[in-house]
Amino acid sequence: MKKNIISFSILTIIYFLVKILLDIGIIDSYLQLNIFLIGINIILAVGLNLITGFTGQFSLGHAAFMSIGAYTSAVFTAKLGQSFIVAILVSGVIAAFAGIFIGIPTLRLKGDYLAIATLGFGEIVRIIALNIDYIGGAIGFNDIPQYTNWTWIFMMTVATVFLIKHFINSYHGRACIAIREDEIAAEAMGINTTFYKVLAFAIGAFFAGIAGSLYANYFYFIKPDSFGFMKSIDILVIVVFGGMGSIEGSILGAILLSIISLFLQGIPELRMVVYSVVLFAIMVYRPTGLLGKGEFKLWKKGAERNVSIESK
Amino acid sequence: MNKKLLGALSLVLILSLISGCTAKTTGNQDNGDTIKVGVNYELSGDVATYGQSLSDGVLLAIEEINKNGGVFGKQIQPIKVDNKSEDTESANVSTRLATRDKVVALLGPATSGNTKAAIPAATQNKIPLVSASATADDVTVDSNGNVREYIFKTCFSDSFQGVMMAEFALNDLNFKNAAILADSTSDYAKGLSKAFKETFTSQGGKILSEEAYQAKDTDFKAVLTSLKGLNPEVLFVPGYYEEVGLIVRQARELGLDVPILGADGYESPKLTEIAGKGVLNDVYYSSHYSPMDDAEEVVKFKEDFKARYGKEADAFNALGYDLGYFFKDALERAGEVNSEKLKDAFASTKDFKGVTGTVSIDENHNPVKSVTIIEMKDGVPTFLKKLDPK
Amino acid sequence: MEQLLQQLINGISLGSIYALIALGYTMVYGIINLINFAHGDIYMIGAYVGFALTTFLGLGFFPSLLISMLVCSILGMIIEKVAYKPIRNSTRIAALITAISVSLFLEYTMVYFVKPDTRTFPEVLQSKILTLFNGKIIIDLKNIYIILITILLMAGLQYVVHKTKVGKAMRAVSLDKNAAELMGVDVNKTISYTFAIGSSLAGAAGVLVGVYYNTINPLMGVVPGLKAFVAAVLGGIGIIPGAVFGGFFLGMTETLVSAYGGSVFKDAVAFSILIIVLLIKPNGLLGKTIKEKV
Repeated sequence: MKKNIISFSILTIIYFLVKILLDIGIIDSYLQLNIFLIGINIILAVGLNLITGFTGQFSLGHAAFMSIGAYTSAVFTAKLGQSFIVAILVSGVIAAFAGIFIGIPTLRLKGDYLAIATLGFGEIVRIIALNIDYIGGAIGFNDIPQYTNWTWIFMMTVATVFLIKHFINSYHGRACIAIREDEIAAEAMGINTTFYKVLAFAIGAFFAGIAGSLYANYFYFIKPDSFGFMKSIDILVIVVFGGMGSIEGSILGAILLSIISLFLQGIPELRMVVYSVVLFAIMVYRPTGLLGKGEFKLWKKGAERNVSIESK
Repeated sequence: MNKKLLGALSLVLILSLISGCTAKTTGNQDNGDTIKVGVNYELSGDVATYGQSLSDGVLLAIEEINKNGGVFGKQIQPIKVDNKSEDTESANVSTRLATRDKVVALLGPATSGNTKAAIPAATQNKIPLVSASATADDVTVDSNGNVREYIFKTCFSDSFQGVMMAEFALNDLNFKNAAILADSTSDYAKGLSKAFKETFTSQGGKILSEEAYQAKDTDFKAVLTSLKGLNPEVLFVPGYYEEVGLIVRQARELGLDVPILGADGYESPKLTEIAGKGVLNDVYYSSHYSPMDDAEEVVKFKEDFKARYGKEADAFNALGYDLGYFFKDALERAGEVNSEKLKDAFASTKDFKGVTGTVSIDENHNPVKSVTIIEMKDGVPTFLKKLDPK
Repeated sequence: MEQLLQQLINGISLGSIYALIALGYTMVYGIINLINFAHGDIYMIGAYVGFALTTFLGLGFFPSLLISMLVCSILGMIIEKVAYKPIRNSTRIAALITAISVSLFLEYTMVYFVKPDTRTFPEVLQSKILTLFNGKIIIDLKNIYIILITILLMAGLQYVVHKTKVGKAMRAVSLDKNAAELMGVDVNKTISYTFAIGSSLAGAAGVLVGVYYNTINPLMGVVPGLKAFVAAVLGGIGIIPGAVFGGFFLGMTETLVSAYGGSVFKDAVAFSILIIVLLIKPNGLLGKTIKEKV
């Protein structure tokens, strides 16, 4: 209880501090944009961490859910003139349905096979979006009203972290972790593994949809290529960098990777080379991520054709 | 284990320290004796080819201007940034240029999508943005038809070129049946094919089929074979020279010998290289300038470019180069280094003479410039006709 | 009818390229269960080596092909030693991200040095067009070369894997690394060999594609790399004839979808088929189902 009060007051202080700094212009629009991006990335990463870090399902198509959310929100605010709160919620719900729709068949797959199936799903969503003229197709969706502000970003980020943390500490969350540790054992213990995998997928997708909505209504302009394979990889990198199965890790990862990226803006020609080296160094020296909790049994089993790569 | 954690943490600490430092130095830099201009292009990612070409052109122009004494006796300092061909990053770096580097104007990006993403940064910070290649109609005009005050472009709009090529196919070549093969991932190709289709059908022509490819595809034989089966009189292929070169080559290999029409994305010596000299016939496209133009400044540009970068200049290089001088021209007319005055100077540009033609800016912030139709004969671009703006 | 035949020929020629890249992919996956995203980039480097040899040194097609294969096999071994060996015992996801970082590194180092421009390959193989049925069906001689080389390489690979000692070691390592080590197989060396062979195949594919389509650029490996991986999964990953079959299957599917009005959605259809195949036969079309033991 005492802990809750402390964290609540810290959050309130952060909120008002940033708000005041924004209002009097000490935080300029460049810093503001990056703070907002960090918030959106935190939402995405925490959602993906639930799927990948806690439930142990390998997803390479997370950006597709963000895309669905972003386009839904754009249509609701720019075309249908709905209020932002409605757009955010509908975006989340539609993305969650997409998660259920793709999750039910594909979550039977394991490891790399699931990864490649979700990758395929991401590409399919991108190609479909490219060819729907109503939402602009390849031309993109322009002039989306800018509703996203610090209050929305802050509230949504805190709500995401809070809800997912509570979910993980609940009965359902423990079921998800059990699936990650050993799916067969979990099933033997009476856990409905399909249900929990789809549930985790749907929740992750829901928050990705919300992140997409915040994104679309901040940047005015979206196009299908912004939510491609590389975006999914970026989100995954945040999760792994911060630490699989660690919410704090995802938050830290989102912040640090943004800082690294800002620093690399100064060397345009070499930024991707340096980025790849940094990524590589992290994976070699700390494969469990910054706040990862030691080695998981995760994916040691690979596909059904069980070719173990472990030497332990 | 602990060592690793320590290592990771210190790495992070060092990185954040360095980034903190850089942020500070760029923010406080004195810009009294230089004129800062943001050069925001796609230097990595999917469309890096075009971004780099444009930025090479811009930087060459700025180098020349500086060698000749700069503007108001001050040197122009280009601040070059990479937007990774991503719209988020484009918004990010343009905001940085506008607020941190305090640039007087933003030049770039290359594609319409990334330019649209940079619009808020320019508008909110009241910095003019000029793109030399964002051809989409809604770059300078928003969806309600209002002109965006701070956004300019120096290239043709998609609608303009699409309409022109449709009229060319109908009236000059006398064709009634066309097929379209467009890059489905490119806003440029989509904009062009939409305009082409509307004009072509409204003036009595018929579109037999609309097929698509994706940027970076290399094999077009399947779709070309099925197009061949439809017997179109002419093929409209909006896109860039990289894919179009391969399309022409493979179409001719498959015996699809109909004329192929396109737009300024064809303008590159690479088109001939990729398609091959022998087969590059019956290809027509609209262009800003013709490389065989022997006007003094065009020849000089081509020579200078070759000397500086060791390769032949293409249309993107030329557009970038003109953008550099377009900026200088406006800056001189503005009279001082001031974004607001510079914006007005951009808007009032009249008869600016560059290597890609003479440009005036109209009330929609689009260029009024004449267009050249070029025909490829055995891989050699030949001047066909020049159309003045209406 | 002629059109369908022509489309089938188009499909086979496209498929042979996927198959060629998929061969190397499937070998590497088979032995260390790593989706080697860098494979497509080794293919790109192979193409650039071939380009440099033919353009600047004026070498012919076959010497360039062989030298490029050699350079790529060395590169593959270096990548394995430097990048993949240290993470061999970490989680799958860490390995995946390492593979992506290697891929980005190769791509953007090349962009830095050779610029992102497309380059054109010199005509080192005479293009000769064969026509059948009064010119209604057209085959490029280069197509036939590529198909023959693909089949030749597949056969060679089958021979190495099934008939030689190195191949036996590879199969042993892919089944159970620890047991193989106990039986006296040098695991490190075997994995090195696998990378060398897989990468040399990628190098060969790079040169062939350069010659066939005559354009190369530093990001040319991304899409074919992904497609080849899809092909390998379709055929059953780790199975050499499966990769070739998957490659042809994918090429044929894409061609037929394009041929019958679906050119806009050809990649979407390819990925949908991938998902469906995975759901019905997770071990690929040619894979055997092995029950997971508890």
